[in-house]
Amino acid sequence: MVKVNGEQLDIAGKTIAEYLAETKYDPKRIAVERNGDIVFKAKYGETVLNDGDSIEIVSFVGGG
Amino acid sequence: MRKPLYKMNNDKLIIGGHEFGSRFSLGSGKYSMKLIEAAVKDAGAEIITLAVRRANTKEQESILDYIPKGVTLLPNTSGARNAEEAVRIARLAREIGCGDFVKIEIMRDSKYLLPDNQETVKATKILANEGFVVMPYMYPDLNTARDLVNAGAASVMPLASPIGSNKGLATKEFIQILIDEIDLPIIVDAGIGRPSQACEAMEMGAAAIMANTALATAGDLPMMASAFKNAIEAGRKAYLSGLGRVLTRGASASDPLTGFLRD
Repeated sequence: MVKVNGEQLDIAGKTIAEYLAETKYDPKRIAVERNGDIVFKAKYGETVLNDGDSIEIVSFVGGG
Repeated sequence: MRKPLYKMNNDKLIIGGHEFGSRFSLGSGKYSMKLIEAAVKDAGAEIITLAVRRANTKEQESILDYIPKGVTLLPNTSGARNAEEAVRIARLAREIGCGDFVKIEIMRDSKYLLPDNQETVKATKILANEGFVVMPYMYPDLNTARDLVNAGAASVMPLASPIGSNKGLATKEFIQILIDEIDLPIIVDAGIGRPSQACEAMEMGAAAIMANTALATAGDLPMMASAFKNAIEAGRKAYLSGLGRVLTRGASASDPLTGFLRD
């Protein structure tokens, strides 16, 4: 299982790019963190999600 | 008569090497398309803040759709309770891909929402070293402001009164000290509720005003935005021109004291 924004999902084995495409996130408007480290946009295609990974996907909202 | 400080036609706000023609910035906590449109068109905002939160694919609408090109996006670190969390949020914001600006906002309590000056200095140092244009939100304190300068801040953003209160320049004396002593743009952020308060801060020599609630809770947004623009420009001109002096006591005639129509 992979934790994405606090939710346990059965997506181990997929790349970040695959997961983002399936869930219709716009890669231009998000940033991804994996186990506390930023995953640069250029690495989405080659970064495979492992069982036990913790992923944060963030975007801009109104604030401040 | 006092000597004017600068020529008005060459009056640009410079933050981290970037030039701005407007001295109004919008905080976007309470936002709507109408607010952003009023802030940009009627108040002339060239900087708009944003917050970073967990993304949600179900909400397709993005605040970025509302912000015109040419406006500088200023992600903030709201939600951060210490320097470490602020640094994490700032790095994520930069990775989203909207430039190097960051507003540091670190709060330990959610009742008064006061910035933690010490942690703010720590985060400023780390992020300035990483090439960010760092705009720290702070409680107006001269020692902290000096630490922020040494840490590499691009501006200093003292609060006027508690966030969202619309109470105006409660910290006036201390903001004045920062303006007088700190060689960076002092941007008054938080608490400014009326155009007259924005004008007063600008007369004191503040470099710019950041506001959100003052517009968001106003009756007519575009009209209030335009009132803020006029007030900020008036205050700026007054500051640049050099305010007239104040007498300690008594009066000073402005009419001729001769030629009265009496014996």
